Amino acid sequence: MKRLLLTGNGAAAWGARLAQVDYIPAFPITPQTEIIEAIGQWIDSGEMAGRMVTLESEHSMITAAGAAAATGVRVFSATSSQGLLYGMEMLYTVSGWRAPFVLMNVSRGLSAPITLEPDHNDILAARDSGFLQIHCSTCQEVLDSTLLAYRLAEDEGVRLPVIVNLDGFYLSFTREPVEIPDQEQVAKFLAPFDPQNTRFRASTPESQAVAVLGGAPYSYFRYETHLAALNAIDVYDRIADEFTELFGRHYAAAESYRCDDAEYLFIMMGSFATKAKAAVDQLRDAGWHIGLLRPRLLRPFPEKLFQQALTVTKGVAVIDQNISMGKGGVLYTELASVLAGRAESAPLLLSFIGGLGGRDITAEEFYEMAETTRKAVEDGQAPPPRLLYTEAELRETRKLQAIAQAECSKLGNDK
Amino acid sequence: MFRIRFHGRGGQGMKTASRILGTAFFVEGYEVQDAPRYGAERRGAPIFAYVRAAPEPINERGIIQRPDLVIVADDTLVPVPAAGVLAGADEHTVLLINSHESAETWIERLNLQGPLLILPILEEVEDRAELPFIGATCAGAAARLVGMISRASLEQAIRDELEHLGPTIVDKNLHKSLEAFDLMAEQAGSVTPAPVLPARKWERPAWIELPFEDARLSSPTIYAGATSEKLKTGLWRTMRPVIDYEHCNRCWWICSTFCPDGAIPVKEDGYPEIDYEHCKGCLICVAQCPPHAIAAIPEHQFQEDEPEGEES
Repeated sequence: MKRLLLTGNGAAAWGARLAQVDYIPAFPITPQTEIIEAIGQWIDSGEMAGRMVTLESEHSMITAAGAAAATGVRVFSATSSQGLLYGMEMLYTVSGWRAPFVLMNVSRGLSAPITLEPDHNDILAARDSGFLQIHCSTCQEVLDSTLLAYRLAEDEGVRLPVIVNLDGFYLSFTREPVEIPDQEQVAKFLAPFDPQNTRFRASTPESQAVAVLGGAPYSYFRYETHLAALNAIDVYDRIADEFTELFGRHYAAAESYRCDDAEYLFIMMGSFATKAKAAVDQLRDAGWHIGLLRPRLLRPFPEKLFQQALTVTKGVAVIDQNISMGKGGVLYTELASVLAGRAESAPLLLSFIGGLGGRDITAEEFYEMAETTRKAVEDGQAPPPRLLYTEAELRETRKLQAIAQAECSKLGNDK
Repeated sequence: MFRIRFHGRGGQGMKTASRILGTAFFVEGYEVQDAPRYGAERRGAPIFAYVRAAPEPINERGIIQRPDLVIVADDTLVPVPAAGVLAGADEHTVLLINSHESAETWIERLNLQGPLLILPILEEVEDRAELPFIGATCAGAAARLVGMISRASLEQAIRDELEHLGPTIVDKNLHKSLEAFDLMAEQAGSVTPAPVLPARKWERPAWIELPFEDARLSSPTIYAGATSEKLKTGLWRTMRPVIDYEHCNRCWWICSTFCPDGAIPVKEDGYPEIDYEHCKGCLICVAQCPPHAIAAIPEHQFQEDEPEGEES
């Protein structure tokens, strides 16, 4: 074991290296490229075995990943944002093949307009694809989650591909201390992939998922994929316990931070959740009973865990770093479905949307969200969803608009 | 927790500076977070990098709102609004500027509340985008100013971070960095961690209800290239192409066509004219000009020769 300063991308590459992956189909996209660059260098220098192939697009890359996984080798790949969306058709297809592999997604806001910085609309677009999803908040968690993801994907009760998500810039390019476990220790946790009978072999012709099916058989396969994903909740808990025994770090399906006795909760995913932790510490110092609940597993969704965690809470601020146009925060909607129809009184759920395209969420904003939640509980009514945006930010945008419009009249585009 | 920000231009090694300082803190037993921040990657454009260091695990993340120390590797960035050099700086923040000019000049110019130090520029360089060893130099100065990093830890950090560049480059960086470390001896420990923003009382964020605006305004449309005129990308330039009209043979199209930014219009008399408000100094025109009639001179030299330069 050694402890080094590593970026989130470096930690992801180390995860693949320690998992001793066999095949890495790759295609570059900012801010993910450093992952495949690191792996490429290790393969060149002989520090890592495995075969890396650069494909002509993410669509081909995910096809290659799924096809290789179906032959029984261990596969790793990585993408981001537009790349993930370009491969979207194949995300649904390869999960239907029940081909287990790990795909890193480095979250970056979607076009248009274009940004390089993170939010979660890219990864949430893949929510219903059949890939399981693990969301990380630190660089250490990126490395550890990669190892957990292989165990989860390859478990005979699951057999589904897994996306491990890390935020662009805030993790991908940020160095933090990361413990790199020894290869022997990892081998105790993660044995070589045993595909059992679900394996394509050379010279033994087979085909998979090519027949055009009617509703009944089609439904059967879709339902089975859903049941496998649901199985992954219990499988994950078992694997996470094994991981703790070997490495000492524990990763629950959802992280609870200072939630005991909490009357109020922040709920949010990804690296910005560590900012919420810092806010929780300060609010606790100021006398608040407040905590943070952070989903790590989004698919499958650990519904029972949330039901239990929310029983004693008065008010919950759900902070979504994503936006579903015409509805609002995706996580907010998911949590509302957890609370619907419960016999006991449910906590008041407030929706905040922020951090789009890497827009910062300041300490003051966390405090203000807590205060807004407290007031709403007093009034017994949740305010409408809050789109985090300040006067100063609108002024800045107005300046850009003024520039963009400057030549409008000259070009005959006058309003 | 220490919160430190490095400002420079793409190519000057600010990411390296943050990594050297981060590793030096790490060697001293600190928990560390270091990261660069930039938009679309471009040589010469403003970038910054930051370091957080604390005895306990760090939960803060992303840009530093209230820096304890701001280091400016290239003083031509100070007046560039997009560089945000002074963002969040207050009377607690130490500002260290790499400059020819005196501390008094900068204090007066910036109307500063907090302390300001100068990292003197000791040698002239042709291209400021290549200020030699400036990353390691800035990291060395910062390491001394926080007062928690030994000379040996700084040295180890430089060896760790730059090893891949070979021993000659490591030695040069070591020399420069330790020189800056020693230069800051009198100010050792003058940078201290500001307290965390408490949650008992805070300035309420000025949230607004964003109004609906129709798509004629709220679509991200840029109306023709003409709007780019408003953005003076000439501020990124570190080298200036200069046309020698005595040798220009009025071919009328080569420099103008190769210019990737359309910054060389051709006048009616057939001579090209460089638009310095938008020329980024890539010097493709210098390489393409058939009679070699375009020279490249360092921008800072031009500014010194003609302080009231007629253009940017």
